[in-house]
Amino acid sequence: MPQQFLTGNEAVAQAALDGAVSLGTGYPGTPSTEILERFGALGGRAQWAPNEKVALEVGLGVAFGKARALVTMKHVGLNVAADPLFSATYTGVDEGLVIAVADDPGMHSSQNEQDTRRYAEAAGAAMLEPGDAQEAYDYTLQGLAISARFQLPVILRLTTRVCHAKSPVQTRSERAQAPAPRYERDIPGRVMIPGNARPAHVRLRERLDSLARSELPEALLTDTGEDARLGIIADGVAAAHAREAAPQARLLKPGLTHPLPIEAMRAFAQQVERCVVIEEGDPYLYTAARAAGIEVAGKPERFRFGELNAERVRRILDGDESPEAEPEAAGKPPQLCADCSHRQVFQVLSRLGCIVSGDIGCYTLGVMPPFEAMDTCVCMGASVGVGLGLRHALPAEEARRVVSVIGDSTFVHTGINGLVDMAYNPPETGHVVLILDNDTTAMTGLQEHPGTGRRLDHHPAPSKLNYEAIALALGITDVHTVDPVDAQGDLERLVRDALADDRLTVIVARRPCSLASRRLAAFQAQQEPSAS
Amino acid sequence: MSRPGEVVNIVLGGLGGQGIVTASDILAGAAFNAGHDVKKSEIHGMSQRGGSVSSDVRFGPQVHSPMVPHGEADFLLISEGSQVAPNRHRLHPAGRLITPEAVPQLLQEDDPERAARAARMVNVALLGVLSVHLSLPEAAWNEAMREHLPERLLEMNSRTFRQARGIEAIFGGLTGDRTHPAKQ
Repeated sequence: MPQQFLTGNEAVAQAALDGAVSLGTGYPGTPSTEILERFGALGGRAQWAPNEKVALEVGLGVAFGKARALVTMKHVGLNVAADPLFSATYTGVDEGLVIAVADDPGMHSSQNEQDTRRYAEAAGAAMLEPGDAQEAYDYTLQGLAISARFQLPVILRLTTRVCHAKSPVQTRSERAQAPAPRYERDIPGRVMIPGNARPAHVRLRERLDSLARSELPEALLTDTGEDARLGIIADGVAAAHAREAAPQARLLKPGLTHPLPIEAMRAFAQQVERCVVIEEGDPYLYTAARAAGIEVAGKPERFRFGELNAERVRRILDGDESPEAEPEAAGKPPQLCADCSHRQVFQVLSRLGCIVSGDIGCYTLGVMPPFEAMDTCVCMGASVGVGLGLRHALPAEEARRVVSVIGDSTFVHTGINGLVDMAYNPPETGHVVLILDNDTTAMTGLQEHPGTGRRLDHHPAPSKLNYEAIALALGITDVHTVDPVDAQGDLERLVRDALADDRLTVIVARRPCSLASRRLAAFQAQQEPSAS
Repeated sequence: MSRPGEVVNIVLGGLGGQGIVTASDILAGAAFNAGHDVKKSEIHGMSQRGGSVSSDVRFGPQVHSPMVPHGEADFLLISEGSQVAPNRHRLHPAGRLITPEAVPQLLQEDDPERAARAARMVNVALLGVLSVHLSLPEAAWNEAMREHLPERLLEMNSRTFRQARGIEAIFGGLTGDRTHPAKQ
């Protein structure tokens, strides 16, 4: 196979194909989104799940059936999938289950910069950390093998500069043979009632121990450089920055970072005059090393924030506390597109002086001038719950200004649950939920979801979620549909009336995203010749 | 011209929707086709919505970090005037800033339709200017453009690239202080 020039995400997808993954599933989230899209484009079976929890559960079922699964998400998606994760490590798996989780240090496109490495340790999952596209390819294949051999789910921890950085990748010339799926009953191993889960927890620790004692931690470790005056222990892309900042130094890069090759780290630290841990985000490696009594130095607190690069690593190594270079001017922040229908919605909410409990998507840009029509944005689906809480707590005249605003994909992801609570525990002043249905997951790059009626590859899905019908099924009778552009006056009247009323109201503001419409039209035009 | 054995650092900046990512794909592809080790890194996501976008491309015998350290870009390509200030700190003090002003002949059109078409060609024009200063064979550029541009736009873009390359080859050397002295 010739060398290819791939992003980390493309390399993971290629490895999933070459490693005979039978199903890839996940929820879009920058910087992880392109993995599944590429896997599908290469001919793999790829599908979007409504959220990360469902994706991981589906992946686990695939692995219980002795087939291989790839599950993808961004770091905050793992919070949603944490529930199955913490028991999937107890049940273990029969075949490869790789969970690709993409962290976003510096928050280029995220609401926090949580560090997924903590999850691997907390849940007891194995974890591999590639630092570039070649390693993303190799470690995805390794992850599938480790998962099957040690019966452990494997987290492939990526970061923005691995996912979206392109570099040469040598791929395998032959595809792996797909295992033959079959069901084997294993009640004590799969049914996590306390009597089964207690021995399962012991088994999990034994599996992690046997992985730690195997040849793999050593095999996945690189130890380069000659000058023993400085030793650096670094993981992921931080190792590349460190190599550039200190070209001659000894550099130890563990590929397996849970369980950590702690004895190799100890031996390394003893061989160098001064040993420094270089890592993005939390002091994960540093804390583990110090807890094991290994003498290493860490980084000053300010380097916990944001991404590292070669220059910042040099500062850590030199103890340089001088101010870092700043741009002469701030970059231009993103904005709602000129013809975006969210503009009409936020004009209305701004005019009506609403307290807007917002959510995650393009419409979060409603917080920007000239609208400034968003008061909270916390996590996927939070708009409904946070709006309800405000309604419960505030005095009636303020409570009646509260509106929850959520996009279609986000509503499907975790907004539905909030709506169930709204119907079950209605605030005294009622509540108003505005579903902005633009028929796509726009912010992450126009992905499909169960509400668009189209599959990941844009072909028709067998079903299309009906938001109005869901609201009605919950017993919410005040349900309206309006086009915010063609009938902005109607939208304004509906919201004003709903705020004045103490009933529960759901308004679906429906207008397809013009970017998505153009792309869909182009896709359909492309399909026609072959269909006829 | 870059010196053998050194990593060449290029930062491209502009606004979302202007084709910065495609331009950096062409540049990185050309370096890859020419047999270099290449790393390219950029930020996708929220910046798609008309916000600032920048992409780092590095190539040479061996590239470690995918990011150009601040103040170390040999070349800074900016497709839109307002984006010079947010990106200038990326440029080495002796590095070369390349903006559409390098090739005014190609981009000034009175006819609105032709002006709009020219605007979409800005990035390829900037790459044409840049190409004069990099030791990448023209065939590697052509192959990269074929890989990353739709067929119907290829001819027009290739022509713009060649014209910009020609203009820079003739006029670009007149102000001798604009290239990186360490890499002359």
